[in-house]
Amino acid sequence: MEELANLFHGFAVALQPFNIMVMLLGIVLGVIIGVLPGLGGANGVAILLPLTFSMPPTSAIIMLSCIYWGALFGGAITSILFNIPGEPWSVATTFDGYPMAQQGKAGEALTAAFTSSFVGALFAVMMITVVAPLVASFALQFGPAEKFAVYFLAFCSFVGLSKEPPFKTVAAMMIGFALAAVGLDSITGQLRLTFGITELLNGFDFLIAVIGLFGIGEILLTMEEGLSFRGGNAKINLRVVLHTWKEMPAYWLTSLRSCLIGCWMGITPAGATPASFMSYGIAKRLSRRGKNFGHGEIEGVVAPETAAHAAGTAALLPMLSLGVPGSPTAAVLLGGLLIWGLQPGPMLFVEQKEFVWGLIASMYLGNLAGLLVVLTCVPIFAAILRVPFSIIAPLILVLCAIGAYSVHSSTFDVVMMLVFGVLGYLFKKCGYPLAPLVLAIVLGDKAEEAFRQSLLGSQGSLAVFFANGLVGTIMVLGLVALFWSAINQGWSRLRGAAA
Amino acid sequence: MKRFVRGAFAAGVALAAGNIPALAGWEPVRPVEFIVPAGTGGGADQMARTIQGIVTKHNLMKQPLVVINKSGGAGGEGFLDVKASAGNPHKIIITLSNLFTTPLATGIPFGWKDLTPVAMLALDEFVLWVNAEKPYTTAKDYIEAVKQAGGTLKMGGTGSKQEDQIITVAMEKATGTKFTYIPYKGGGEVAVQLVGNHVDSTVNNPIEAVAQWRGGKVRPLCVFDAKPMSYDEPITEGKAWKDIPTCKSQGLDIEYLMLRGIFMSPRATKDQVEYYVELFKKVRETPDWQDFMKTGAFNTTFMTGADYAKWVETEEKRHETLMKDAGFLASN
Repeated sequence: MEELANLFHGFAVALQPFNIMVMLLGIVLGVIIGVLPGLGGANGVAILLPLTFSMPPTSAIIMLSCIYWGALFGGAITSILFNIPGEPWSVATTFDGYPMAQQGKAGEALTAAFTSSFVGALFAVMMITVVAPLVASFALQFGPAEKFAVYFLAFCSFVGLSKEPPFKTVAAMMIGFALAAVGLDSITGQLRLTFGITELLNGFDFLIAVIGLFGIGEILLTMEEGLSFRGGNAKINLRVVLHTWKEMPAYWLTSLRSCLIGCWMGITPAGATPASFMSYGIAKRLSRRGKNFGHGEIEGVVAPETAAHAAGTAALLPMLSLGVPGSPTAAVLLGGLLIWGLQPGPMLFVEQKEFVWGLIASMYLGNLAGLLVVLTCVPIFAAILRVPFSIIAPLILVLCAIGAYSVHSSTFDVVMMLVFGVLGYLFKKCGYPLAPLVLAIVLGDKAEEAFRQSLLGSQGSLAVFFANGLVGTIMVLGLVALFWSAINQGWSRLRGAAA
Repeated sequence: MKRFVRGAFAAGVALAAGNIPALAGWEPVRPVEFIVPAGTGGGADQMARTIQGIVTKHNLMKQPLVVINKSGGAGGEGFLDVKASAGNPHKIIITLSNLFTTPLATGIPFGWKDLTPVAMLALDEFVLWVNAEKPYTTAKDYIEAVKQAGGTLKMGGTGSKQEDQIITVAMEKATGTKFTYIPYKGGGEVAVQLVGNHVDSTVNNPIEAVAQWRGGKVRPLCVFDAKPMSYDEPITEGKAWKDIPTCKSQGLDIEYLMLRGIFMSPRATKDQVEYYVELFKKVRETPDWQDFMKTGAFNTTFMTGADYAKWVETEEKRHETLMKDAGFLASN
């Protein structure tokens, strides 16, 4: 009950006119940041951090977290309209979102994405409100072995969900692992595969790869197909929004499942990216409409978006209660907290009640405000699709180049983006899936690090991955996901032979 | 004369340092890039962003100060960037021990002599931490346990062949024991791994572990400095930073402090260096900076010019010896 009283006090803080103004400003800035690929939430928050130094800490964190929400919402826009995911967790949204846009259902896809994001975030905030103290201790159980198990599960369920021939999926994934290995080996402190080239010190950044593979690759394909940009005659008005909303409750089960996956992955330090992929994979397998996934199924937008936002929101909890940022954006927010003299950690909830509950209340309000802002803008965003391709393509190209440049302020990255663009085009031409490649670039080095840390700690014994109930369960789930696909294939082949 | 008086006034405390043509001095004409050769959220990044905040809040610069993280290759990316910007005075870099360790461990071609030293802002302390649930209350207890365990106790630290691992190796050498060193990406992560009992000890900086200490989750055993820290404000259960004994007094004769200093691009003129020295003097005088120093229990030594260069030179030699002894030098 004390929590509830605290929360209402928090609402009172968040609803002060100045704070509401700050909130709306943050959302709008965030959406702009999210729409520009490559800028991303972390960079956006970092750039705008100094703006907030003259504000009281509570207003400052409200503004920054609203920029974060805005960026999360905005990231879905480019994923759906142009097949360019702005953040790692938006990749899964492109699988069905972009086909929907091509079929002239951009409005529906955007509405579904925004609404799911809101639902996911709301669910996570409610969870934070209720179980904040319990959750912190759960996150502590995650050592390197547990982290590796989660990544393992993500990879396995991905191989399982793929419609592509499994060898093509594995091949694409292995190329991703190879790319992820470039740069500094964080376990030995040695450089790997850099060949003395300075620009490779940092390895291949996920964002550069994705902007190239998806964005540039898509433009090349469209050019080849005669410059037609399908989806030009999309019906776009507010009625679409209402119509989509009417459809949404039908997906409540997927939604709930995605919320749970998201919250779990957000609290454990695995994060939003595996959450979105896993949620998509599981929805595909369990949904009645599973076989439509990848061809513009609205449920395929709902699942990853809900999970990603539940995870993104839930990730703030370990940041506040343990001082461990669950995402790069959370890391920048953490820096902000320190500047305002707030020390995140177990004592924050005790010593800075007003701040913590003000922030939690602003999560409710900020997400609501964000939903309203982006939904009213759906027609504007969707209208972009009516612009002829010959005009929009150069614009996208410029936007991609700016995005790639702004990741590390490096022109080399722009060149890399073009190389990845050609690679993406070749992949599509040869029927190799891009998603496993991307997944491996994003999670490959993290998985490797966790794997080697575990083995260091266990003196080289693989038994560490089955050492306790938690890690053992996740590993077994992973193996089941991996072999389920093989069993499934064998099963259908058997049935095919029998029939 | 008037010119001199105004110059001296602007220079403020710096007057003591003498011979500064502050007024005739140089000023940035476009935004200044503040490179952080480490990831977002780490100790160097926090300090850089705090400085950026102070500069903005107190209006200390006419041009904006922009923080940019270039963490690739254990910070080598950032150092090479500054090295390649000879004659561009609009680029400064905050350094940590990777100024020495990265070129030694990876063979990336740069050294501190490629850059222009500006000022030492502070030194970061290192403290030996264990989980508060464990029975060890002194460094002696813990070292004894490490001996008993015969190399299976785990030391968590930031990065590989960097300061945390150097201290670990120094401890092994000093006590004839063996640890299993496990590298993590950042200090905050290391602190949490200790709370979750995934590692047995850490050598976190105070700012990385202070929250967990206040929460009663971890216990400091000793500080790797010649004398105890000076901050006497109680942090938890009546204990202050000041109450942590030195490792030397515990029979662990190791001292290690990490540089938090500023360098700028090569071929900077005296005026340009002087401008930044004055800027950081002003930053140091703000209450915000003093609060930050207190939160992180920093050693607030400040050095510029020849003193600073000499200090850096000595440290470089020391790191070379330490890393050579540990077998951390790059093979090529």
